[in-house]
Amino acid sequence: MKSFNYHAPKDVKDASKLASSNSAFLAGGMTTIPSMKLGLASYKDVIDIKNIKKLSGIKVSGKTVTIGATTKHVEVATSKDVKKAIPALAKLAGNIGDAQVRNRGTIGGSISNNDPSACYPSACMALNAVIHTNKRKIDAEKFFTGMFETALKSGELVEAVEFQIPEKADYQKHPNPASRYAIIGVFVAKHKKDVNVAVTGAKSCVYIDKDLSKKLSSSFSASAIEGMNVKSSGMNSDMHASAEYRANLVSLYAKKAVEAC
Amino acid sequence: MASLVGSRVERKEDTRFLQGKGRYTADINIANQTYAVFVRSPHARAKIKSVDTSKALKSSGVVGVLTGKEIAEDKIGGLIAGWAIRSEDGSEMKVPANPPLAKDIANFVGEPIAVVFAETLDEAKEGAEKVKVDYKVLKAVVDPAEAMKSDAIHEGVDKNLCYDWLLGDRKAVDEAFAKADKIIKVDLINNRLVPNAMEPRACVVDYNIASEEITLYTTSQNPHLSRLVMSAFGGVAPENKLRVVAPDVGGGFGSKINVYNEEIVCSWASKKIERPIKWVAERTESFLTDTHGRDHVTHAELAVTNDGKFLGFKNETIANLGAYARVFGTVTPTYLFGPCATGVYVIPAAYSNVKAVYTNTAPVDAYRGAGRPEATYTIERLVEKAAMELGMDKTEIRMKNFPTQFPFKQTLVHTVDSGDYVAGLEKAKQMADYAGFEARRKKSEANGKLRGIGVSSYFEACGIAPSAAVMSLGCGVGLWESAEVRFNPTGQISVFTGAHSHGQSHDTTFAQIAADELGVPMENIDVVHGDTDKGTFGMGTYGSRSLTVGGIAIVNACKKIVAKGKRVAAKMLEVNEDEIEFKDGEFVALKSNKKKTIGEVAFACYLPGQRDEMKSPIPEGDEPGLIESSFFDPANFSFPAGSHICEVEIDPDTGNVKVEKYTAVDDFGRIVNPMIVEGQVHGGIAQGIGQALHENTQYDETGQLMTASYMDYTMPRADNFPEFNLGFTCTHATSNPLGVKGCGEAGAIASPPTVMNAVIDALGGQEISMPATAEKVWKACKSMKKSNAKAA
Ligand SMILES: Cc1cc2nc3c(=O)[nH]c(=O)nc-3n(C[C@H](O)[C@H](O)[C@H](O)COP(=O)(O)OP(=O)(O)OC[C@H]3O[C@@H](n4cnc5c(N)ncnc54)[C@H](O)[C@@H]3O)c2cc1C
Repeated sequence: MKSFNYHAPKDVKDASKLASSNSAFLAGGMTTIPSMKLGLASYKDVIDIKNIKKLSGIKVSGKTVTIGATTKHVEVATSKDVKKAIPALAKLAGNIGDAQVRNRGTIGGSISNNDPSACYPSACMALNAVIHTNKRKIDAEKFFTGMFETALKSGELVEAVEFQIPEKADYQKHPNPASRYAIIGVFVAKHKKDVNVAVTGAKSCVYIDKDLSKKLSSSFSASAIEGMNVKSSGMNSDMHASAEYRANLVSLYAKKAVEAC
Repeated sequence: MASLVGSRVERKEDTRFLQGKGRYTADINIANQTYAVFVRSPHARAKIKSVDTSKALKSSGVVGVLTGKEIAEDKIGGLIAGWAIRSEDGSEMKVPANPPLAKDIANFVGEPIAVVFAETLDEAKEGAEKVKVDYKVLKAVVDPAEAMKSDAIHEGVDKNLCYDWLLGDRKAVDEAFAKADKIIKVDLINNRLVPNAMEPRACVVDYNIASEEITLYTTSQNPHLSRLVMSAFGGVAPENKLRVVAPDVGGGFGSKINVYNEEIVCSWASKKIERPIKWVAERTESFLTDTHGRDHVTHAELAVTNDGKFLGFKNETIANLGAYARVFGTVTPTYLFGPCATGVYVIPAAYSNVKAVYTNTAPVDAYRGAGRPEATYTIERLVEKAAMELGMDKTEIRMKNFPTQFPFKQTLVHTVDSGDYVAGLEKAKQMADYAGFEARRKKSEANGKLRGIGVSSYFEACGIAPSAAVMSLGCGVGLWESAEVRFNPTGQISVFTGAHSHGQSHDTTFAQIAADELGVPMENIDVVHGDTDKGTFGMGTYGSRSLTVGGIAIVNACKKIVAKGKRVAAKMLEVNEDEIEFKDGEFVALKSNKKKTIGEVAFACYLPGQRDEMKSPIPEGDEPGLIESSFFDPANFSFPAGSHICEVEIDPDTGNVKVEKYTAVDDFGRIVNPMIVEGQVHGGIAQGIGQALHENTQYDETGQLMTASYMDYTMPRADNFPEFNLGFTCTHATSNPLGVKGCGEAGAIASPPTVMNAVIDALGGQEISMPATAEKVWKACKSMKKSNAKAA
């Protein structure tokens, strides 16, 4: 690992002041540290944001659940409030990676990194989340812009993620047997007016499957999407899963999610 | 005194391992040490046009940079193939030179080209980045099946063929096949595996300028053998100036048998730069450069009669050696494979033909089971398929072809001294509730799942030894084992063994057998291993040989201690030696019932006299002291055997395979510590299930390893396994006085075909290759649905 300056600011302002084009925020470090160790990334300044108290914690209001950026997966998975308001979100967090990853990894790190096979982005999309940064509020559908890419500008810091509480929701995942990231993850959320089916792992970036969402919006039942053919074009094909297999899993897990709602 | 052999004594080593107090090579630091980082080839095959070290030498903290040029100038020898194999046409195998640092050509990704030593690890890394190597990239040969049709990667090795080996009688096989009612055929790939020891390889070298002695701390399964090879072939230092220490080692599975490039280079360089050197592999380096396992492409046939009798067997196999032939690389696919390919059956005619080829991939060598898992997979897939095609029960067809007389002269090489294969399979059937399978299958079916059952009966030849036998087959060294038992004056005992424990619990097992022999508490015994300066010599631990060879050397050395003790006790008690009986740690004069404990006798051996009297307890012809050693070379291999039964359930929608039940019944002869043996079986089965369902080493067509980290290489985890249901039968080995057989590899040998037979059974006989990953199984389920629809 190349040497770097380590900073541990106490508030967001200082953190953002320290940021430059040659810096990284450090949250759980589950992605940042290995990529620095492997020489895939190097920074002049590493800005540890875990000491910024305001960035951590879970708040539930009547309509939304707001999770601070440095809240760890294990905290979301075991939170009584989250389990009550959006059990699917607690379930999602509880199935991320392994215990070590869940004890360090954070929601802010997860969505800022926007790994194409990460779980949280699908929850953001399906639960009409609003991403709060130190500069603005961004709707989830505008936040995730491409593979490992987001709408965040240089030095912009995610402070919290605000999820809309749905009527029902479920998350189903087919884990990569090696890393246990999602080969496919499907988040189904039934809101008052419509249904969102968000898919992760299938393509270069998380997306809403419009066909599945539409079918389920008009009739929220597994039979409504039974045998629905999800197209494999544009889907990832790698040594872990072909596009064809992924397409099969999307329709299968969408059905499973609806059944579990 | 109750016998310790046979009891579940808790492991002595657990205290230090479970408390994080183990002392591994990476834990060792020497004052003033430098850190080594290797510059490795990023290409699978490339000419090295030039290596420019000038910038690296100027880099901060860099102490030295060495390349293939310097090591060649110093005439340091390379890595070796330990067994000479002859081709069917009588010609000797072709082995290319394997220099410790490649000078002219790199032959696999990760092959070391140069090394940088610096004051800190970071500076060494920085320096390594500044070594500029100019490569001319050549087309890599990757696929073993294509290797013989590709460019020769080593000069003088035509068709990339190391040898074309035959064991058995082609003519007899042709005749047997002509008489058959049916020929069963399989085409199999035995997937390449990365051993993944928990502790990556490492070495620390300390050169003593005053004594000119090199001390090498290293992650080795066989420190004495490493010293021998480094002296005799490497020319690094004379044997008496080289001390090799393998302290606690965190797993080997065969991958730590070899003396590797890094150990040779650092030992040589430490003398050159006159500084201690430390090198610890990163996980990626382990993936790229540890020797890998398996990697066979096999076509095999079994000739059968309609009533299920086996008449003949043959296999044509291509074995991938990787870029170079290493210590057990050439014997693993020949004498460790072919003789076991006819399995536990009476098959009157057989041959095994193996073509070993070089490719631009990491070298392949012994990996837990070495050759025998590949053999068992071949025959047990054939037998299962034969049962299916003949409409016979899987266990009935096996029973029908088991030998019932022992010793059993197996068709190709071995004479199996003891066994009872029928008893093993009967017990496995009962423990697995084989009869109740159909009901469980129906239940799964009602839930939309496919359930399958698979059986595998195996034997294996291990306790790798008989020096005369192995040397007649081309082995470059004798495979005896030695021990020394030092009875110290105050009653503590040090047992030195040439075997090495890196997960096998020798501290406990060997102490149990020595305690029984000497009649002393186990706590008085320390087992010492892993240091060429301590103890006599040793060939190390692999091939499930530690107990059957090394353990017996301990028994024999203990017997010599007791024999001398008897003579001394007789003199002390003033009786004839034949009037003394040794029992429970006491020498008893039968007539007078006077006695001396073994501790008293030992004390007397070191203090042979008394005040005011000129009297010695040491009989004439004996010397003071109580130290004995033994070299044991058994008359035969040991032949563990057994039957395993596995049940899987498949979700046809996802292709996920769940191992629902796993039953293993093994015959390891007399068992010294059942708890430790069960642990060995668990580990072996886990690795076998890993091979069958999860582990999938993949190179792309340019020879880049695609699965070089745990993000992509699937290691099996605890939640992939059911609780293993273990049972034992027992027939004693006749080739050693304890009646013990090897147990370390059996689980990994028996389990891949057991699991695959179950998967293929669930798929209605549709064959798929290892690892049976979810997507492959899903595709098979789809085509099954299609063909079922057609049939309906
Ligand atoms: C073995 C393994 C398995 C995993 N499995 C899964 C899985 O199944 N599902 C899943 O969803 N994820 C998985 N992950 C990812 C993991 O859960 C983490 O979420 C992820 O690694 C990043 O989170 P982190 O908090 O560690 O971020 P870090 O590694 O600290 O940071 C990641 C990136 O985000 C930036 N960043 C961090 N916080 C902020 C912020 N508040 N504002 C702006 N930028 C920020 C950093 O600068 C960096 O670029 C896995 C990871 C590993 C190592």
